[in-house]
Amino acid sequence: MQMRVPVAEPRSPGAYDLPDATGHFGPYGGTFVAETLQAALEELRDAYEACRTDPAFQAELAYELEHYVGRPSPVYHAKRLSDELGGAQVYLKREDLNHTGAHKVNNTMGQALVARRMGKPRVIAETGAGQHGVATATVAARYGMECVVYMGTEDVARQAQNVYRMKLLGATVVPVTSGSRTLKDALNEAMRDWVTNVANTFYIIGTVAGPHPYPMMVRDFNAIVGKECLVQMPALAGRQPDYVLACVGGGSNAMGIFHPYIPHAGVKLVGVEAGGLGISTGKHAATLSAGSPGVLHGNRTYLMQDADGQILETHSISAGLDYPGVGPEHAWLKDSGRASYVSVTDDEALAAFHALCRTEGIIPALESSHAVAHAMRLAPTLARDRIVLVNLSGRGDKDMHTVAKASGLSL
Amino acid sequence: MSRIAATFDRLRAGRRAALVPFVTAGDPSPAHLPDMLRSLVANGADVIELGVPFSDPMADGPTIQRSSERALRAGTGLAMILDAVRQYRREDDRTPIVLMGYANPIEHMGVAAFAGRAKESGIDGVLVVDYPPEESGAWAEALGAAGIAPIFLLSPTSSQARIDLVARMAKGYIYYVSLKGVTGAANIDTADVERMLARIRSRTSVPVGVGFGIRDPETARAIARFADAVVIGSRIVEEIERAEPDQAAQRAGAVLAAFRAGVDAAAVDRAGP
Repeated sequence: MQMRVPVAEPRSPGAYDLPDATGHFGPYGGTFVAETLQAALEELRDAYEACRTDPAFQAELAYELEHYVGRPSPVYHAKRLSDELGGAQVYLKREDLNHTGAHKVNNTMGQALVARRMGKPRVIAETGAGQHGVATATVAARYGMECVVYMGTEDVARQAQNVYRMKLLGATVVPVTSGSRTLKDALNEAMRDWVTNVANTFYIIGTVAGPHPYPMMVRDFNAIVGKECLVQMPALAGRQPDYVLACVGGGSNAMGIFHPYIPHAGVKLVGVEAGGLGISTGKHAATLSAGSPGVLHGNRTYLMQDADGQILETHSISAGLDYPGVGPEHAWLKDSGRASYVSVTDDEALAAFHALCRTEGIIPALESSHAVAHAMRLAPTLARDRIVLVNLSGRGDKDMHTVAKASGLSL
Repeated sequence: MSRIAATFDRLRAGRRAALVPFVTAGDPSPAHLPDMLRSLVANGADVIELGVPFSDPMADGPTIQRSSERALRAGTGLAMILDAVRQYRREDDRTPIVLMGYANPIEHMGVAAFAGRAKESGIDGVLVVDYPPEESGAWAEALGAAGIAPIFLLSPTSSQARIDLVARMAKGYIYYVSLKGVTGAANIDTADVERMLARIRSRTSVPVGVGFGIRDPETARAIARFADAVVIGSRIVEEIERAEPDQAAQRAGAVLAAFRAGVDAAAVDRAGP
């Protein structure tokens, strides 16, 4: 299917146009990094701005998204699930059908093209679940770039299959043993690599966090998801949805589907965080629901932190949501009331995972299962003519071992 | 006059560069901090940079990362460090103490509350690695109101515009990061550093210290020929890591003494005041 999706929308006065010129979303965002990285960020801001407004760049990206990634991804009416829930109609935006199996490739493709324009032969990335690492290794192979992926040793153990995929794609996976040995530590380590090798290296950040321009750039590259929905929903369902749901770890798939809907005031935006073993246990990653503002990884945003301002280790059954920060634009959307944020426990996410497998023949990623779980709570409270659109951000092949283990099986 | 300004005036008169050791507060444990401060001063520290440990020290290499982890495991926190410095001030009201760390523990305490408590404790300057000048408006104001110097970094990649920005905001001294990378990473090119310092000095009269990558007394001597201060971090922290906890202060002092000799040897090469 050929779809006409405007890539860069003109900005009208009074419209939502964050971040500001210095990368702030209200009090959030910014450029909270050491002086040693400022020149690199300035170079990136200039390069990205040139790409953003260059029709040739946008045309190349559109071509790659169609022919290599397989866009547009379909929207699917999950009729059996909706009937079983007995309320609102649930629609799924099928990002799981993208090449590499998740929305992450939308962003890595975009950033790889920026890296090429900047003449950087080496790309680095951090990864938690491994999806961003795989998506980065994939585009690096596609363009013949050297690729180094940092991954906490905890995640290396949980996501062995994705580690092998990255290696097959020619990437070097560097296990990170510092701190809590998860995504946040991988991000620290990638930043250290970047500051040391900035002359030949482009850092492909995988979520809508980090110093400006990353939250904006990653959002822009993922906004293709929401832009397609704006066209697809009226065609398929006759109108825009009443709710848009997406899981939120760092928040890139959620920003991607939310952003084009921000001006559509009638559409409620709901981010679904990882409630882990339950908010009251402290073992969760529900940053916006239970955290407080602070500064980490180059931006001001909500964080999971202790009484001394040290960053806490988080817990989620899904490695991709296991992050103690969140993109600064989500912090702003929460404070401004334009979006709301809820949480879903490990058990609820697992139940949703199984429900979607059983009713629709779709195996969702555990991350995306959080959004499905909230849809399963929400839909029965709504009339049958209401519409809930869920960003099914990734597929669950990578989670077979985790789900089997949770069911008491070993594969 | 502030302790920092008085120190640099005194050193300038003696044609000497300041020797500035960095240690992480609470490494190996908070109980060892007073002895650590005493040992550093006894072995030639002119200014002490006291690291506030943070769980995610993005700009630091493995040595200082591990040091932060040790300090945090031992229960070190920002409020505790401020109390320890307040106690220490009863015996030493002369040596400037500069806190160096990351924004989040300070923001969690609250910038205004922190500035007030730091002033009461006798803190002279604060370097927040992830507060670049463009994010530091309210921060510099709060510190200024408390009479504390906001210390800023410059690096080999800093543009002229950024040098000017830092020159306008900096008090106390400017910390020039002498290499591209994280703390403790590699060796430095002293000629490059000297050229950059000349550029910075053409814009400000605030003293300029040099740190990152000064791993031996010879390099310290070379840098001390032209810099106002020489910061020694990872090399001392390595020594603390290798020492038994009760020996850490003494061994850190012994390493510092060797750097002291290097820095003093440079005095003969330095231009007059």
